[in-house]
Amino acid sequence: MHHRIEIEDAAFAYPDGQEALRGVSLKIEAGEKVALVGQNGAGKSTLMLHLNGILRPRSGSIQVAGMDVNDKTLSRVRAAVGLVFQMPDDQLFSPTVFDDVAFGPIYQGLTEAEVRKRVDAALADVGMGGFGPRVSHHLSIGQKKRVAIACVLAMQPEILVLDEPTAGLDPRSRRGLIHLLDALPQTMLVSTHDLPMVRELFRRTVVMDNGLIVADGATADILGDTALLHRYGLE
Amino acid sequence: MLSKPAEMHIPDGFLSVGVSIALWIVALIFIAISLRKVNQTLGERQVPLMGVLAACIFAGQMLNFTVAGGTSGHLMGAALATILIGPWASILVMTCVVGAQALLFQDGGLLALGGNIVNMGIIGSFVSYGIFTVIKRLAGERRVGVFLSGFTAGWTSIVVAALAVALQLAASGTTTANIAVPTMGVVHMLIGIGEGLITVGALSVVYAARRDLVTGDAPAKGGNRGLVIGGVLIAVLLAVASPLASAFPDGLEWVAEQQGFLDKAQGPAFELFPDYVVPGIQNEALATIAAGLLGMLIVLGAASALAWSRRKRATPSV
Amino acid sequence: MHLHYLDPYQPRDSVVHALDARIKLSLAVAFILVVALMPMGAWALYALLLALSLSVIVLSELGVGPVLKRSVLALPFVLAAAPLLITGGLPTLVTLPIGGGIPISAPGAARFASIAIKSWLSLQMAIVLASATSFPQLLLAMRALRVPKLFVATFGLMWRYLFVLADETQRMLRARAARSGVSGEPGRKVGGSVIWRARVAGAMAGSLFLRAIERGDRIYLAMASRGYDGEIRSFPMPVIPRAQWVVLFAAFFVLALLLGLSLVF
Repeated sequence: MHHRIEIEDAAFAYPDGQEALRGVSLKIEAGEKVALVGQNGAGKSTLMLHLNGILRPRSGSIQVAGMDVNDKTLSRVRAAVGLVFQMPDDQLFSPTVFDDVAFGPIYQGLTEAEVRKRVDAALADVGMGGFGPRVSHHLSIGQKKRVAIACVLAMQPEILVLDEPTAGLDPRSRRGLIHLLDALPQTMLVSTHDLPMVRELFRRTVVMDNGLIVADGATADILGDTALLHRYGLE
Repeated sequence: MLSKPAEMHIPDGFLSVGVSIALWIVALIFIAISLRKVNQTLGERQVPLMGVLAACIFAGQMLNFTVAGGTSGHLMGAALATILIGPWASILVMTCVVGAQALLFQDGGLLALGGNIVNMGIIGSFVSYGIFTVIKRLAGERRVGVFLSGFTAGWTSIVVAALAVALQLAASGTTTANIAVPTMGVVHMLIGIGEGLITVGALSVVYAARRDLVTGDAPAKGGNRGLVIGGVLIAVLLAVASPLASAFPDGLEWVAEQQGFLDKAQGPAFELFPDYVVPGIQNEALATIAAGLLGMLIVLGAASALAWSRRKRATPSV
Repeated sequence: MHLHYLDPYQPRDSVVHALDARIKLSLAVAFILVVALMPMGAWALYALLLALSLSVIVLSELGVGPVLKRSVLALPFVLAAAPLLITGGLPTLVTLPIGGGIPISAPGAARFASIAIKSWLSLQMAIVLASATSFPQLLLAMRALRVPKLFVATFGLMWRYLFVLADETQRMLRARAARSGVSGEPGRKVGGSVIWRARVAGAMAGSLFLRAIERGDRIYLAMASRGYDGEIRSFPMPVIPRAQWVVLFAAFFVLALLLGLSLVF
């Protein structure tokens, strides 16, 4: 089993000079589901974009699924790590649901028959079977989030990285999404402000603040530590 | 007439086939060039960025403001797009916008689409680019300079595009230049003010948030001195040619007649033998009545075929 | 609120809807081309073309009323051809009792009416095409007609975000309307100057643009994270069934026949 994430002292600054990561180290074992919490601007999204090779660290190293992230491994890294963005409208860029879910598999070079099989399976996995011909715009936010997850599932990733999966959902859609995340077998890193979901779904929680990991441990311990939550603006 | 930007979108039926095809060829050449140019500068980002900006211009055309007496001003967007992303990218974006308006919303015809792309996309972008660059160089990079150039670019793009429309219609024999040019010109000198003002409003927001997009020569936008000269030249040429054409409408009428070769096939019955007008009318009336009857039969046939197939659908065979 | 009405496609179970988009697009363009090639004043042929168009509308099950109602929308443009009424030459059809009397030219009137009818006929077919063909199908047809792939991809992306940005615009317009109250105080100038109003609209356009640029970056990231490398890839085209080829050629034949008639008429 090599579906793990291993980050060694990664640092990153945006072109405008803003230091988003200032030496982050994190190990996630295969099959582990980890919550990533912290205020807006703490560096969560930046960290997630590193796991897919979209951003590269200025120093330090990043290994996912047993591969060092570099130009050579980039396409395999992107196939191994499914990145689900916060705003589904940005991720669903094709005219129909089918086209969107098929996008990744087509770029993986699969045949038409294989792509169709993958799309059907991925849509069924997220409870959106039969929505293929639909136009993304006509879906609800909850449905869009599900389709966005199907988009990466169709690439059969080993690791799922999700940014704010429950943001903006009504209670019922949120509940459905939590069940879905619970049922998925992949290694998972989920950034969120939804602490009740963290408590329910994740045994381990990582807290980020100002480009650093400031706490990493059992969810029960971290969410039980009111002083810590207060210090990092989580409550 | 002020109420819709559709004023500039030529529907099908108004351009002769010859003019339509000529304009399509011009449009295709420039679209091909801009696809290549933009791909050189944007690479992989071309498709997402151009697509979403086209959607932005399309949506931006929904923004209106009341002028007076129930009329409202609108944005066409070629000037704004050109100033912010350069002439080639603007051509691409405007082509998408104008294409979608024709294909999906019947704002402008399909055969006339080439012409509409030329007027609003190509002429609009090049003229905006030339005017904006020249005036900005004269007025300076400061706020006022940028806004003044933006306003002039917006206004000129509308007026020049409208003149192009008038000339194309006249060359198609759909209207006469001595009436169309002054009317289209004057109306769009007013409409152009709205375009100029909205462009300035948009630039003021961009100037405050992303000054880099509106100042400097930004070679990444793919412009150069030749394009500046070309853009200004188009504006000047159309500004000079239109009054000329309007003063001597015979020139364009001659063009229109040259391509009206099919009209001539029908000409004899119509013009050359006025003595036979009466029998001619009879024949024509008979033919029209016969055609009308045949037409009714065709439609009836279609309707009954549909009714029959519907009944078959409604009562599934057991 | 979502701007569903932006999508002109109206799903039906009709034979026209079932026709392959490539055939529909080619036929619509061919019809419009034939209409454009018709000589002026060929009333009998116009009647036949109208019959064809009406038959297609009937078969499309879109409703003759709604399509015809929509087809009148672009007619105001016919004003552009109005000068012909006066400059069309002799003989005079009728003299309008305005001012010193304006003579309406008979050939000019015929030409004017012909242009209006031709425009109207073309519009009907364009409406049927847009209402009976879903956008993804239309993209497929564009690809089949050798429109550059990069352009088709851009066009598709525009359509997707058209709705998103139109919603955004609608929200801004509503926010403006919500704050456009008028004070009851007498003597106060209401609504600001035209210039100010134009700049408010412009400011909206500006922020729409800045947000669109940021969104473009995010979309690019989403595409890249799923393997996009600048190359447009898609499935091979589905095969057009033989029966539909028959429809295509039959329709071409009818149109060619009408064109032939126009030459000998």
